[in-house]
Amino acid sequence: MIEIRLHGRGGQGVVTAAELLATAAFSDGKYTMAFPTFGSERMGAPVASFVRISDNPIRVRSQIYQPQHVIVQDPTIIGAVDVFAGLKDGGVVLVNTAKPASELKISAKANVVTIDATKLAIEILGRPIPNTIMVGAFCGITGIVSMVGIEKAIRHKFEGKGDIVEKNIKAAEQAYNMLKKK
Amino acid sequence: MKKVTEGLKAIAETVALCRPDVISAYPITPQTHIVEELSVIVANGRLKCEFINVESEFAAASVVLGASVAGVRAYSATSSQGLLLMAEVLFNMAGMRLPVVITDANRAVSAPINIWNDWQDTLAIRDAGMIHLFAEDNQEACDMHLQAFKIAEDHQVMLPVMVNLDGFILTHAFDPIDFPEQSEVDKYLPRYVPLEKLDVKNPLSFGLMGGPDRYLETRYAMAETMKSCTPIIRKAAQDFAKQFGRNYGELVEEYKMADAEIVLLSMGSIISSMKDVADELRAAGKKVGVLKIRCYRPFPVEDLIKSLCGKKKVIILEKAISVGGVGILTADVKAALYGQKNTPEISDFILGLGGRDVTVADIKAIVAKAEKENLKGEFYGLDQKLVEEMDK
Amino acid sequence: MVFRRAKNILIGKPGTSLANKTGGWRVFYPVVDKTKCVACGMCVMSCPEGCMETSKETKTLVDLDYCKGCGICAKVCPKTAISMLKEEK
Repeated sequence: MIEIRLHGRGGQGVVTAAELLATAAFSDGKYTMAFPTFGSERMGAPVASFVRISDNPIRVRSQIYQPQHVIVQDPTIIGAVDVFAGLKDGGVVLVNTAKPASELKISAKANVVTIDATKLAIEILGRPIPNTIMVGAFCGITGIVSMVGIEKAIRHKFEGKGDIVEKNIKAAEQAYNMLKKK
Repeated sequence: MKKVTEGLKAIAETVALCRPDVISAYPITPQTHIVEELSVIVANGRLKCEFINVESEFAAASVVLGASVAGVRAYSATSSQGLLLMAEVLFNMAGMRLPVVITDANRAVSAPINIWNDWQDTLAIRDAGMIHLFAEDNQEACDMHLQAFKIAEDHQVMLPVMVNLDGFILTHAFDPIDFPEQSEVDKYLPRYVPLEKLDVKNPLSFGLMGGPDRYLETRYAMAETMKSCTPIIRKAAQDFAKQFGRNYGELVEEYKMADAEIVLLSMGSIISSMKDVADELRAAGKKVGVLKIRCYRPFPVEDLIKSLCGKKKVIILEKAISVGGVGILTADVKAALYGQKNTPEISDFILGLGGRDVTVADIKAIVAKAEKENLKGEFYGLDQKLVEEMDK
Repeated sequence: MVFRRAKNILIGKPGTSLANKTGGWRVFYPVVDKTKCVACGMCVMSCPEGCMETSKETKTLVDLDYCKGCGICAKVCPKTAISMLKEEK
């Protein structure tokens, strides 16, 4: 079973990102589960969400304390929240920042990857909501879910909301291709 | 067709498939999305239904009570303080024998203010006379709504049913949900046929006074119905399994119980982690089983006697306490087993209150504790530092 | 298996109070002096039991099967045509 933890602030689509990963994994034929940290939602507050993906049925519903991978949608949250708590060795840490990974001083034994998702989001979506880009980038690095799955998930989630669908698919695809293993 | 769906939205979709005629509910965390989603479904014309906006849960419950007296299928949903505000009306619904279905997103009760999960809300009104069902996951919670309407509206039952699911843990989780076809739902759950209803052509009075000369008999009637409706609850589960291919047990669900020496007993979403614990401990050579209570009222006394007598140890995990008494579920289990032969030792733990997360490791630690000594009403997972500071 | 709905207790047929004469426990009862009564109808409108009627021909009539003897009619009568007498059997 793969366990992923996503960090960000309320309003950045952290919960939706987890939902998209789960929906994509499901359409790839995996068992899956996604859920948010349970809190009083408000814009700007630190939030986290969780994804489990497995080839076998998933039962456990407690929060994730030892994730394989961590996605950080807002770099200002590092330090405010211990985003690397319990992170297993050898996973991926994907951070939304303009800085290169070497400048982040992350001590975790992980493959730290950065992407300026906010910039990309403003360019493609016209709004600073980086979640679909982070999801695309994460899947480019790890291959845990397919780009076809992500596209389906975005269509399912934003169905009937006009050009948001195509824009988000474009954004995810671009990030996916940027970070795809060569 | 399976779709990855949030728990609350999945329930709203399922309730719509049950074709209620009247919905009235007041939003409260963590139940809100049910109300939002159902109001959208009704506004878009997908469901022909009266969606009645109200100013409080008391009014919501009163509206569905009235609708049910008028002879239609009525539905509401709430949580925590909202459920307690409904409390008086719930006693009326049960006393008037009205088959309303209510979803409770189980949440702690203030003070202190807390929006997270435990069972304190629903167990506080366990004596209202409603049938209480508890779901382990979102698929079961959805499927349970079909069964709930079927049980409630059975002319041999005519009692309100409450479907319980753990707030946030289930309500806000995204899972692949298998939604049944409308035609299949209609086959399982035909239109509600009231026995009597408010009708100007055939006037009747409902909600009459029942003085000392007749009130006792009304409670006797409810108690007898609760006792004798278990075959109908079982049949609703069996028929569902036959038609939809999903079986969650009837009043209880046994997991690896046949040769179990240690039994983990609880309700709701924590059961899933308990099953993982049973698997892990069995791999290490311990004979552990899990008993899930699906139907809390009527309490499955016969099933418990059958499942638990002869076992070495029962460990009850519960997310509620009767302060000044004992764990609420524990009291029920002990009462059910009293006077039986070969009763097991019972250890019970109060945990997870106000949304404190319970992990697989926690449950394993509890089993290890309970194996060493018999513990009664033990609070598990206390922050000792916080406890020490309480007296300062 | 016994299912019990207590319908006989929980649901009532309306009209039962018509059959149950409710005027059985008065202390006082109204008597109308038809020489004073002008059939103005004040008492009819004020009667909480709806057990009075009036017309120019009959003057005011009281259905004592349902009158509870409250005396409101006597108080409101502009002609003091109604007096309350002690019920003695």
